[in-house]
Amino acid sequence: MRPSPSRLLNILVPVKRAVDYAVKIRVNSSQTGVDLNVKHSMNPFDEIAVEEAIRLREKHSPSTISSIQAITIGPPKSIDTLRTALAMGADSAVHVELPESSSSSDAASSSSPEPLGVAKTLKAWIDKQQQKGEGGGGKPVDLVILGKQSIDDDLGQTGQMLAGLLGWGQATYASKIELDVEKKEAKVMREIDGGSEEVRVKLPMIVTTDLRLNEPRYASLPNIMKAKKKPVEKLKPSDLGVDLTPIMETLKVTEPPKRVGGGKVESVDELVEKLKEHGFTAV
Amino acid sequence: MLSRRLFARCLSSRRVFSTLNPVTDSDVTHFTRILSPSSVLSTLSPVSTPHDELDIYNTDWMGKYRGKSTTVLKPKTTEEVSEIVKWCHDKRIPIVPQGGNTGLVGGSVPLKDEVILSLANMSNVRSFDPVSGILVADAGCILQSLTDYVAPYDHIMPLDLGAKGSCQIGGNVSTNAGGLRLLRYGSLHGSVLGLEVVLPNGTILDQLTSLRKDNTGYDLKQLFIGAEGTLGVITGVSILTAPAPQASNNVILALPTFDNVVPLFKTVKRQLSEILSAFEFIDRTAYNLAVKHGQGRALSDEDVEGAECFILVETSGGRREHDEEKLADLLEHLLEADKPLINTGVLAQNPAQFSSLWALREGVTEAVSKEGKAYKYDISVPAATFKQVVDTTRDHLRSKGLLNEDAVKHVLGYGHVGDGNLHLNIVAKAYTPEIQAALEPFVYEIVASHRGSVSAEHGIGAMKTHALPYSKTEVSIALMRKIKELFDPRGIMNPGKVLE
Repeated sequence: MRPSPSRLLNILVPVKRAVDYAVKIRVNSSQTGVDLNVKHSMNPFDEIAVEEAIRLREKHSPSTISSIQAITIGPPKSIDTLRTALAMGADSAVHVELPESSSSSDAASSSSPEPLGVAKTLKAWIDKQQQKGEGGGGKPVDLVILGKQSIDDDLGQTGQMLAGLLGWGQATYASKIELDVEKKEAKVMREIDGGSEEVRVKLPMIVTTDLRLNEPRYASLPNIMKAKKKPVEKLKPSDLGVDLTPIMETLKVTEPPKRVGGGKVESVDELVEKLKEHGFTAV
Repeated sequence: MLSRRLFARCLSSRRVFSTLNPVTDSDVTHFTRILSPSSVLSTLSPVSTPHDELDIYNTDWMGKYRGKSTTVLKPKTTEEVSEIVKWCHDKRIPIVPQGGNTGLVGGSVPLKDEVILSLANMSNVRSFDPVSGILVADAGCILQSLTDYVAPYDHIMPLDLGAKGSCQIGGNVSTNAGGLRLLRYGSLHGSVLGLEVVLPNGTILDQLTSLRKDNTGYDLKQLFIGAEGTLGVITGVSILTAPAPQASNNVILALPTFDNVVPLFKTVKRQLSEILSAFEFIDRTAYNLAVKHGQGRALSDEDVEGAECFILVETSGGRREHDEEKLADLLEHLLEADKPLINTGVLAQNPAQFSSLWALREGVTEAVSKEGKAYKYDISVPAATFKQVVDTTRDHLRSKGLLNEDAVKHVLGYGHVGDGNLHLNIVAKAYTPEIQAALEPFVYEIVASHRGSVSAEHGIGAMKTHALPYSKTEVSIALMRKIKELFDPRGIMNPGKVLE
């Protein structure tokens, strides 16, 4: 007998292809953004989200989590990010494909949509799954796990906006997730100023991940090979009826002022003098 | 036996120094005339530097070797070096040339009271041609600063090693330093195009050419590469830098048996060809120690199950897509073979994982030092014998009753398969004469039986002069002595190093 549909969970993990955090970023010559012709990889917070989805499946019986789907919105190369998610253990992936930005030095805006656009796209996908229903081949989403922010634009709004648009509960900055499948709820430890906070949220819900939630695994070679055969559905934003035209305009991007080197002082008096010169005084 | 050898070494060092003179006040006075005041450090008058300021020059970085030099000279130009050497030659004062003092075999510190000639003040880049990639620099340039210098021109130095932040290019050349890029860019015997050397009588030998091809007589510069400062002082280096790779990947492969290492190396070399940049071996003991001491993140239990050893493969090339495709093809081939050479493996998905996988290999050194007292042998033997060498050593220690928690805890091997360079490490609870006696000359004899080298990349220095006969025939050593005699008849250059 098939288990009752209400006891199966579908997890959606939105992931983003971002400039790798180890890359030293450089502002482009037209000062409209950063040089994007560098190494990209999955946004580290999203990697934590993928890992968490897989760990939830490993912790509960495998059949409890019926699907883990990764979704990304981005240029053709974003497929690499989806393959990484699939190699880590996601079952399937969705690629909402955007055209390649006209030149690599172009502002990030054309290849990287804004949080509101992303949240609307994700909502449209989730709604579509809901409409199709389990019987129609859809995967009605019970839990969305995504990074608290992406490290390229640092906007940190997508999860919250998505919760607002869907009218779902949310637990942001998660450092621990305990899922109660029977009760269809989750206990989430959140990172807050000066400590942590535990919240209980009913499914369906949104979780945004913080750094301490887990340490993502390596992708093993057999899993990388299997990932190549996993299904990736390709769509255009128009297929979901969303418009990703930016509503914000980046005026100018500049590098922080260069740090100037220190100097040596001969005596304590001179040090005090220098400090005073620069506006530091004894309390 | 041990004391007899020590006694013999004392005798030979006494012989080396018998015709040499210590530095006197009048020598120091002379040095202050030919050099600027800040370039002369001496505990003798008229300079009278405090003793402790000379400590860093008199001691190697491990604190294993300690000299008693009274005088450190830090010339700023080749001419000044020449003046110093000329004076020392006339007065028969021994000289130890010193670069970053990062060596592992005590080659850069005095045995007694030699003058220390530090190249640290000669640190200018003389020229760089971004078209040919040829860099000409003073010997005292720090390796990292040269790497930084050529980086904006999309070039990299052909060598890289752990000490890059302190070691100097002159020292690198003098010791023929190996390091992590050797498999890809070859040894310094190939990438060094020219040298400027002050010979032991003060003559300046200018061979600082920038020619890739020059077949005109004996290639004299080769003699100074790896001579450890016994034939002269390198003051300038012309070196070929390589175009910087635009993309790097790495993967750790878990092998069911060591027997697969050599066939795997063949396959990997054939399929990756020009993008293969490292092929590093870590045995299971070394891997376990690295993980135990938190060097890099471990693979999952599932991935390491049944693995006898691991191989780290690195690629670097000009185009990411091309390299990734090649690597993916190789991995697919390896996994889908009828008799797979590997159990499984992991492929770095981002630079963080790339570093983490490297840390598992590079962190073995640190893990070993945390685990206990290490006897380290840096040897060249055929790659196919790596495991045999480690196992034979372990069995030998066991047969002597020394393999237990209170004596030798681990015998492990790791190293550069691509270069045939094995780091054989014996981790003991404490350094003891019994273990020392069980290991030497045993290990050297194994090396000799494979016609290997007792020092693959660390050099001879003061530490291994007695072991030289295990790697070099009497005829070779006799010829080396004649060369030394020809260049340095008074024996003032780095006495007691390389040759006893």
